[in-house]
Amino acid sequence: MSQAATIADEQDLIAEDFELFDDWRDKIEYVLDLGRRLAPLPAEHKIDANKVKGCQSQVWLVASLDQASGRLQIAADSDAFIVRGLIALLLRLYDARKPEEILANPPEVFERIGLGSHLSPTRANGLHAMIQRIRQIATGFARGAPIAAAG
Amino acid sequence: MSSQARAQPVAAAGFDVLKVRADFPCLQQEIHGRPLVFLDTAASAQKPNVVIEAQADVLRHSYANIHRGVYSLSQRATELHEAARARVQRFLNAASHREIVFTRNATEALNLVAQSFVRPDLRPGDEVLITGMEHHANIVPWQLLADAGLKLVVAPISDAGELLLPEFERLLSERTRLVSVTWVANALGTINPVERIVELAHARGIPVLLDAAQAVQHIPVDVQAVDCDFLVFSGHKLYGPSGIGVLYGKAARLEAMPPYQGGGDMILSVSYAHTEFQDIPHKFEAGTPAIEAAVGLGAAIDYVTGLGLDAIAAHEADLLAYATRALQQIPGLQVVGTAREKCSVLSFVLDCAHPHDIGTLLDLDGIAIRTGQHCAQPAIERLGHHATARASIGLYNTEADIDALVASLRRVVAMFS
Repeated sequence: MSQAATIADEQDLIAEDFELFDDWRDKIEYVLDLGRRLAPLPAEHKIDANKVKGCQSQVWLVASLDQASGRLQIAADSDAFIVRGLIALLLRLYDARKPEEILANPPEVFERIGLGSHLSPTRANGLHAMIQRIRQIATGFARGAPIAAAG
Repeated sequence: MSSQARAQPVAAAGFDVLKVRADFPCLQQEIHGRPLVFLDTAASAQKPNVVIEAQADVLRHSYANIHRGVYSLSQRATELHEAARARVQRFLNAASHREIVFTRNATEALNLVAQSFVRPDLRPGDEVLITGMEHHANIVPWQLLADAGLKLVVAPISDAGELLLPEFERLLSERTRLVSVTWVANALGTINPVERIVELAHARGIPVLLDAAQAVQHIPVDVQAVDCDFLVFSGHKLYGPSGIGVLYGKAARLEAMPPYQGGGDMILSVSYAHTEFQDIPHKFEAGTPAIEAAVGLGAAIDYVTGLGLDAIAAHEADLLAYATRALQQIPGLQVVGTAREKCSVLSFVLDCAHPHDIGTLLDLDGIAIRTGQHCAQPAIERLGHHATARASIGLYNTEADIDALVASLRRVVAMFS
């Protein structure tokens, strides 16, 4: 699936995808399906240093800056399909974007598609923690000082 | 005695689960358009009307601060609060109401024992002995004493989740200041042989604390019969309010302990030079307590003793056996924690889906279970898992609840296979 030109456009596209479902069950099953189709993270990246804390399932996230394009390359994985599905949505928004663009565009689409409650830090799915991690990494690169934990 | 009574099939006699269920308003609702199936009582139990009403009644008609007022309303509130203490005393068969300390929950009671019993004359290298199936509340309070040199010793458990008694006995030493074990393991459901544990420890002069947070709602507890030195539990797991818990301690133990926290209500007189503390249990109850929650706990105790803990235990044992048999028919499902003596808790994993996925999909069918590590990470990891799904049974659960769980799990399996 090709990515829209801007994060804002991509948020609109995701919202359109979810408009196909009016049942909560169908939405969750769609997220699970996205999770099953997410490319797995290579085993060498599934190390403690890449773990995102605050998730009930295990989540690993790696990011690096492509020097030529100035865009962040993000990959992530989890042992739970529902979390992999949320990761797939996050990657549609934020993978291959410039750090400044990431920071300027919070993931408001989760609210629009009825998954807003999943953004709360008290939720066990770790979506909040993953977003915090992505923003932290983007902040580091935006300041021109990539943080060590990014790799 | 109690164990003999538990073995008898008394469920049929007078325990009408559908009638009981009607006492719990929170169970009478739909989630995602399906009737709520609540299977997370081990995390916190739903409240019967009598508990809700008892609390509301205090707040509406009998509320004032306790222990100090000379006016009638304060005296009435004080009497209700202390009557709740007397109910707890009878419920545990404690020798005196002085042995019942109200806390916020079992966790606070454990921290109180850590700070007021273990810390004061702790020498570096002293040990607290726990088991490999403990809740974090029976791990972390002892770790907070590491600054004073406390060594936490963990008695190992088997692959089934049972305490290895010979190993436990071997770990009792002249450095063991306290044995602190759970009566029923929250993540695995294992019932520990607490009478034997107390016997082994006392033979060496070592005091014993029992974490009864998962026991008091399932097993008749008699602190004098089991002869533990301390016992803790939470009100909210006993169908009572949250914010109220209990520390039972033998009077001689409590009397020898310094206060845990300082403030109002725990003192006799205060001057800048010298403060004199109240007698037990008030010495450990600084500040205005959770007055209406204590009264609610008293009502919850009346409720479960009215139904009969033996009858409750028999009903739950039947359901646990029914659920275990049914779950084991599901392809790729593995029960985690297979002790011979178990109650209430059924932890499991599926080979096709993560517990988080299971919990999310079950919620869509209106089924509430707990997923994750259940505040017992070392126990779950010991049995080879990062997380499990846990269904736990309360007195209001029915075979229909279990049937709904099984049907929903079969849909999860079909979806992921």
